[in-house]
Amino acid sequence: MAQGVCVITEFREGAFRRVSFEIASEGRRLADELGEPLLAIALGAGIESLAAGLGNYGVDKVYVVDDPKLEDYRAEIYVPAAAEVLKSLDPKVILTAASVDGKDFSARLAARLGAGLATDCTELKMEGGSLKAKRPMYAGKAFAWYEWSDGSWPQMASCRPNVMDCLAPDTSKNAEVEKAQVEVAEGNETQVLNIEKDAGGKIDLTEAEIIVSGGRGMKGPENFAMLEELATLLGGTVGASRSAVDSGWRPHADQVGQTGKVVTPTLYIACGISGAIQHLAGMGSSKYIVAVNKDPEAPIFSKADYGVVEDLFNFMPVFIEEVKTLKSTC
Amino acid sequence: MDIVVLVKQVPDTETKIRIGGDGKTIDTSDVKWIMNPYDEYAVEAALRLQENAEATVTILSMGPERVVESIRTALAMGADQGVLVNDPATEGSDALGKAKVLAAALRSLDFDLVFCGHRAVDDDENQVGIMVAELVGIPHLGLAVSVELVDGKVKIERPIEGARVTLEGTLPALVTFGGAHAVWNPRYASLPGIMKAKKKPLDTKTLADLGLSPNDVGAGGATIKVTSMELPTERQAGRLLEGETAEKAKELVRLLHEEAKVI
Repeated sequence: MAQGVCVITEFREGAFRRVSFEIASEGRRLADELGEPLLAIALGAGIESLAAGLGNYGVDKVYVVDDPKLEDYRAEIYVPAAAEVLKSLDPKVILTAASVDGKDFSARLAARLGAGLATDCTELKMEGGSLKAKRPMYAGKAFAWYEWSDGSWPQMASCRPNVMDCLAPDTSKNAEVEKAQVEVAEGNETQVLNIEKDAGGKIDLTEAEIIVSGGRGMKGPENFAMLEELATLLGGTVGASRSAVDSGWRPHADQVGQTGKVVTPTLYIACGISGAIQHLAGMGSSKYIVAVNKDPEAPIFSKADYGVVEDLFNFMPVFIEEVKTLKSTC
Repeated sequence: MDIVVLVKQVPDTETKIRIGGDGKTIDTSDVKWIMNPYDEYAVEAALRLQENAEATVTILSMGPERVVESIRTALAMGADQGVLVNDPATEGSDALGKAKVLAAALRSLDFDLVFCGHRAVDDDENQVGIMVAELVGIPHLGLAVSVELVDGKVKIERPIEGARVTLEGTLPALVTFGGAHAVWNPRYASLPGIMKAKKKPLDTKTLADLGLSPNDVGAGGATIKVTSMELPTERQAGRLLEGETAEKAKELVRLLHEEAKVI
């Protein structure tokens, strides 16, 4: 009989990624609705000593697979190891991270388990002992609610980073830790040859709290320096519209929109972006939106909480100085 | 070298989405259908290998008759042949159901490499290609922004959060493509290409041809389904700041700090 909720964490470079705490917190809420335990599976190299800390976010018990071979994510060893642990746990609900590696992992695991998977979910709830999941489609132009067929366990959902509320860590609570009896395969299908870190430890757009984004109105790549400056002041990162990327001003990884990244920061500052429908889809779920554009008719203003109709080359330098003043006084 | 590219037909990204009468699908009456942009990058990547490695490129898709147009587009870009699984019983398949159909069709073809977009820009599920790799039992290299063949292996670069990973895989393998239009610059179909495409082989298959029962896939075989759709809450336009540049800048900082409390 399937029981409980199980979260599968993501671990990189000796630490749990923040999204792991988000899915643990969400898992806790669902487990409480079911009145059943919250379990976790933690896979990684050098992970065992940190596993008990998942209890701070509501996990009751962690099954650990700690193996040097798990240093880098590779589907062919991660997926069978997780599937092996899940066999004996038989949970009702499995939550994973809809991060870059998590998306790969989740779909492969679902296919292996024959499980229904809702990806990139933004809202989850239990109804009549069964999961219901809300997730965006068309890059957020629409949302769909999903249900699983009767008796179809496990019900799998991957959660979009930065969306699920993270519990304030309760350091008095530790999770029980058990070493899972799993043989980690060598895996000879894929090999990570190199990992090159982005310069300056740039925060990924999908995980950024603040994004300063530029479009065609930036006129050239050199002008993004001022957006970089503002992003650094605010602890955020720089994004771009498709036309700025197509013009070669910014790397493709910066592209926000339906054929780029869908972002959900607390603050999105759009500079010289008119607001094509495919861009608006990618950033429309930001908590606060600021638009700076000299064209008062630009569609971006219909989405903005605060709008400034002015040439950004006049406005931004003055605004940046004001932000500096604020930062120096608080 | 045989490359199969999985292609999905999706509504144009400029489409304004409206919910259909059943409340759980979109209204497709005014939709302009295009090849999923990420699949188009996959076609482009396959055609570049075709030029360098004498590869045969086959386009595989599933869906109704209208999908022929997207397959013909890929053929006009330079692919060699197309296969469409067109069977009404596949209607309502979940991601795993679609992956079962494509995996079965794939097994009837020769392939060293399978390419597709990392996600389709309609459902944004990010599942089907990866599931096909699992069902067929081959490695998946995901979110490629570059691809090359080195010593009989496939090598890609994939951006992850804060870094770029170089990954290598043994063949046969499935590669899903990421990046952006600016990364791949997929070629346009030339006029001679369009003329030639009309004569290229395009097979249509049913579930029976693939040895699948309608119960395996479609709405009946689905473990997960959409029960309702909704549009996002329409954002209300906020306020436009007034005054001189300095006043507006001061006011914006104040609003973000005191009202929104985000800086």
